[in-house]
Amino acid sequence: MIIKQISVFLEDKSGRLTQITKILAQHDINITALSIADATDYGIIRMIVGRPELAQKVLKEQGIAVQLTEVACMVIPNKPGGLHAALQILTDHNINIDYLYAFADGNKASVVIRSASITEAISVLQKNKMKLLQTSDVYQI
Amino acid sequence: MIWDRKIECASRDEMHKIQSTRLNAMVERIYKHVPFYTKKLDEKGIKPGDITDVSQLQYLPFTEKNDLRDNYPFGLFTVPQEEIVRIHASSGTTGKPTVVGYTKHDIDIWTEVVARSLTMAHIGKHDILQIAYGYGLFTGGLGLHYGAERVGASVIPISGGNTAKQITLLEDFKSTVLACTPSYAAYLGEAIKKNQINPKHIALKTGVFGAEPWTEELRNEIQQLLSIEAFDIYGLSEVIGPGVSMECKHHCGNHIFEDHFIPEIIDPETLEVLPYGEIGELVFTPVSKEAMPLLRYRTRDLTRLHAETCACGRTLVRMEKCLGRSDDMLIIRGVNVFPSQIESILLEIPETSPHYLLIVSREKNLDSLEIQVEIAEAYWSDEIKDLENIRKKISNAVSSILGLTASIKIVEPQSIARSEGKAKRVIDNRKI
Repeated sequence: MIIKQISVFLEDKSGRLTQITKILAQHDINITALSIADATDYGIIRMIVGRPELAQKVLKEQGIAVQLTEVACMVIPNKPGGLHAALQILTDHNINIDYLYAFADGNKASVVIRSASITEAISVLQKNKMKLLQTSDVYQI
Repeated sequence: MIWDRKIECASRDEMHKIQSTRLNAMVERIYKHVPFYTKKLDEKGIKPGDITDVSQLQYLPFTEKNDLRDNYPFGLFTVPQEEIVRIHASSGTTGKPTVVGYTKHDIDIWTEVVARSLTMAHIGKHDILQIAYGYGLFTGGLGLHYGAERVGASVIPISGGNTAKQITLLEDFKSTVLACTPSYAAYLGEAIKKNQINPKHIALKTGVFGAEPWTEELRNEIQQLLSIEAFDIYGLSEVIGPGVSMECKHHCGNHIFEDHFIPEIIDPETLEVLPYGEIGELVFTPVSKEAMPLLRYRTRDLTRLHAETCACGRTLVRMEKCLGRSDDMLIIRGVNVFPSQIESILLEIPETSPHYLLIVSREKNLDSLEIQVEIAEAYWSDEIKDLENIRKKISNAVSSILGLTASIKIVEPQSIARSEGKAKRVIDNRKI
């Protein structure tokens, strides 16, 4: 149930994000989800992509700082209280979230969660019948 | 006004005699008491007593900043600790500071040369002198302090920083003299203007500025901003501190108090002594100091000397404004910074690689230092809080060791140029 997310460090310079999307496009790598965390003079792009290992390799070859991080992708109903129910489970088990990003599509929403204790997070979410995406669901979409 | 006419206007012959007598005594002292010099003089086959004339100075060995580091902290002291009454320190080329010591007699010499300096700028008992140089290990604050008391000025030891308070005291105490770094003087001038302080409330007429190189353009700017006459004071802690040389009213170079600090200009490559008028590296022999007299200390400052009698009547040799350095030392807000210091700080921090780039800029007359660093691969994190912690760690280490706040910029790995030879580590955007 662990999904590999790729994280890229970028200096705050114009054209840097375009450079990343260009490399991924050239290698026929699809981006399923993306979020950017920005600090004063740099940012970190986090992406769920098809073929993350290939993405890591090709970006690294271009001298880009890239890292694979383990995250969970959860599917929740797109309705009031949907996210809250999921988060309450984690809180009840004392699991801290480092970051998350989410998007809704139709009657469902997908949430990417990163926690220092990701394996534990996945197991309690599963025990509580939360729907988690598997590798095959997200890769090569 | 001349504080010590007998010395400051002595004939070249008289000065020569004073220097020769003092050099002879100094060589005897250091040969006897400092193993570092015993060895150096033995290597050259020089015995104490051989050196009877100042013209023989050129045969004596040099002392460099690294020698102070190698003998850290007190290895070059000529006298036992009981006789040391003051210790100051400035930046070294690595993490350890450069330490200097003073006996009571040395403090008296220092006070005297600062008294001569201030008198050159017509500062005396009718003046209220605001010392905005840092007090502490840095020689600027305390160095100026005692000389200013000796000429009878009312001294305000406000120390550096705290611009709002500086302005309040300028207005309320009616300070007539400001002593600080030239860049801080300009910054203060801008702040006064910005705060719309009525110039009539400010009584300043003279500025005594030093501890960093400055241009004639900056002098004009400060003079206009603060409506003062600005004087350059030069010094370095290894020689004594501020008061090694000072400008007179004619502003034609700094008069060197050569009865205490014998100047030479050398070619930094061949180490040969160059004649007056030629540009080279300034070397000082602080010949009358007791605690730590150094033989031919290489300042790394590039300038030239002039021996003609000045219009003010002083016969003391004059040095021009420093034209640059023969090493890679930077002076940032009056603090001496060696790129090698920053390198050794980064080497102690496993999260970063020792590849770095220093960018020095001057905005609104205040210097700023940016250190660009790469994060070591093993410490890569995709969480901002981790990267910010690394940044904070570097920033704290730099400020505790250099005494200077630097902004730390994390850059992409491998983005700092690697070169096989001497890497370009510094971009200085200031126009000094």
